[in-house]
Amino acid sequence: MTALVAALKPGARFAPLLWVIIALAIAAVAVAIGGRIIAQQIVSGLMLGGIYVAVAVAFTLTIGVLNFLNFTIPTLFMLTGMVAWGLTAFGLPFGLTGRWNWFPALVAGIAVTVLASLIVERFTFRYFKAKHGDATEHAIPLVSSIGFLLVFEHLVLIVLGSETQRFPTPLRADINIAGVVIAIPQLASLALSLGVVFLLSYILKTTKTGRALRAIAESPDTATILGVDVNRIVPIVFLLTGLLCGLAGALFAINYSDVNAFMGEHVGTKAIAAMVLGGLGSIWGAIAGGLIVGLTEVLAIHFFGGEAVQIVVWSLLLFVIILRPQGLFGASKIGKGKL
Amino acid sequence: MSGYWAGILAILSINVIFAYSIYVTAAAGQLNLGGAGFQAIGAYGTAYATTTLGLPLWAGFAIAITLTAFVSFLIAFPVLRTRGVYMVLATYAFAQVVSGIALYTPALGGAMGKVVTEYVPVWPLIFSAIGVTFLVFYLMASRFGLAMRALHDDELVSTIMGVNARAVQVACFTIGGAIAGLSGALYAHHFAFVEAQYFSPLLSIFVLLFVLIGGTQTAWGPLIGSVFFTLVPEFLRLGGSSWRYVIFGAVIVAMMILRPEGIVTRTLVAKLSPSRWFAKKPVAQEASLER
Repeated sequence: MTALVAALKPGARFAPLLWVIIALAIAAVAVAIGGRIIAQQIVSGLMLGGIYVAVAVAFTLTIGVLNFLNFTIPTLFMLTGMVAWGLTAFGLPFGLTGRWNWFPALVAGIAVTVLASLIVERFTFRYFKAKHGDATEHAIPLVSSIGFLLVFEHLVLIVLGSETQRFPTPLRADINIAGVVIAIPQLASLALSLGVVFLLSYILKTTKTGRALRAIAESPDTATILGVDVNRIVPIVFLLTGLLCGLAGALFAINYSDVNAFMGEHVGTKAIAAMVLGGLGSIWGAIAGGLIVGLTEVLAIHFFGGEAVQIVVWSLLLFVIILRPQGLFGASKIGKGKL
Repeated sequence: MSGYWAGILAILSINVIFAYSIYVTAAAGQLNLGGAGFQAIGAYGTAYATTTLGLPLWAGFAIAITLTAFVSFLIAFPVLRTRGVYMVLATYAFAQVVSGIALYTPALGGAMGKVVTEYVPVWPLIFSAIGVTFLVFYLMASRFGLAMRALHDDELVSTIMGVNARAVQVACFTIGGAIAGLSGALYAHHFAFVEAQYFSPLLSIFVLLFVLIGGTQTAWGPLIGSVFFTLVPEFLRLGGSSWRYVIFGAVIVAMMILRPEGIVTRTLVAKLSPSRWFAKKPVAQEASLER
């Protein structure tokens, strides 16, 4: 929470930037040694990382402002893709044909996701007011969100089935730079994903709502005393969560063309890893973490095979949590005192 | 006993033991979202000892329990440096590493899973569950249990009162690990098969739910929680509905709104306690008359 505030101060941006430069330098060395194949792996790692970034920012925002590990985020991600597929399968394109016929379905999918996220807010924060003050108190919204995870996932299974579906996107174009193939939709989604996150951090820094969010992150009680209407601000966190997950889900559906009811689990756990790596509550950390996890995953698959990914990513994470609980970019306060 | 009910009783017994392993740490205020990892160590430990090394059954159990307790003891020191959400995430990461290693190691069967030759029928499972339940009730009634409850309610104040917080928490982690190892060993020998996919994050989440829905204040919590979690989906299945997990999820959400501290709380136990039936009526009325 303090990290969120710290990360938004001018100057604090420098540290993550430094890491990005270091990462790029390592990437450049790797390309120099490994040549085209490694370069291709790094490109696909960054593209995958772009999806993780959006989901990780959704996680980090909820933890930073509300101190709440929102387990519905993976399902919200899945919901967009599946709802969009369901709508196209049942003929939503409204007679649109050609290259853009998937577009209304994706927008509708994102809308459903945002709605679902706001429903979660109602039953985890709005109706839940009691203060208990014991050590397991922060687990209560977490447990409710697991309940919602079950509800959404199984509703999707009942209505849309459990098979992996092909998402019909005719949008395919590649560019070729010195033998490295870059898919245009992937590049566009990386840009869009990062763009939305930059926009979000701008909103948090400059607008009145953003200031209120940061105030709640520091201390909900003090914020209330100073006239912040917490009941009005908390839904905004869930609105942003829904939008980010919806965006990530839509981009995933376009880029990887496969959607199924379980696609959120993989991306969700990797996004949690990305968030922890960057430091809880730090948006810039989530960006760097998302890209690092995407890169690590793709390179681990390349060098050690598919089964090793889990060990590599999570061992890295365990070490980060234990040696530097605040993450790579978080403020040192977080993780030590009572959250 | 029909096969169906024997199956449910076996799962229920394993769930009760597993829930108590997580409860022992949760009762001292530490949330462990890595239960599946600890259970997997026990299951794979005995599977390797009995099937690959050919050791007898009792040795398999001894190895499973000791190994899990030892790993828990070692992991407790770094993990207990973390708090709150970080603790949840650190234990989660630990479980992911364990299941990743099981998936990657050919000696443990990899993605194919590992067949366990020694079979344990359902009765020892039930007796173990009863035994663990009594053990944890005894633990919570002891002076050590008092220290755990004090840490759960307020770590700072209990430290001031002379509770060695670190020692109690590490001990809880170790005891919890030993119990998780037992549940893993029982699982491996009853179902005669272990695979890494079973010890998924979802299993860790569910076992933590057993404890949190049941309530962390008293030792009744995990018992009620795991019975609730094992039987409610079964009864919903009897209804023949594919909606059972949707209903179940809604029940979880409703429970957190209605009873955020879990089904069983200290006040509920006090209300239902048999000693109250024989106790004299409270003297509150007389006191108010005097005033």
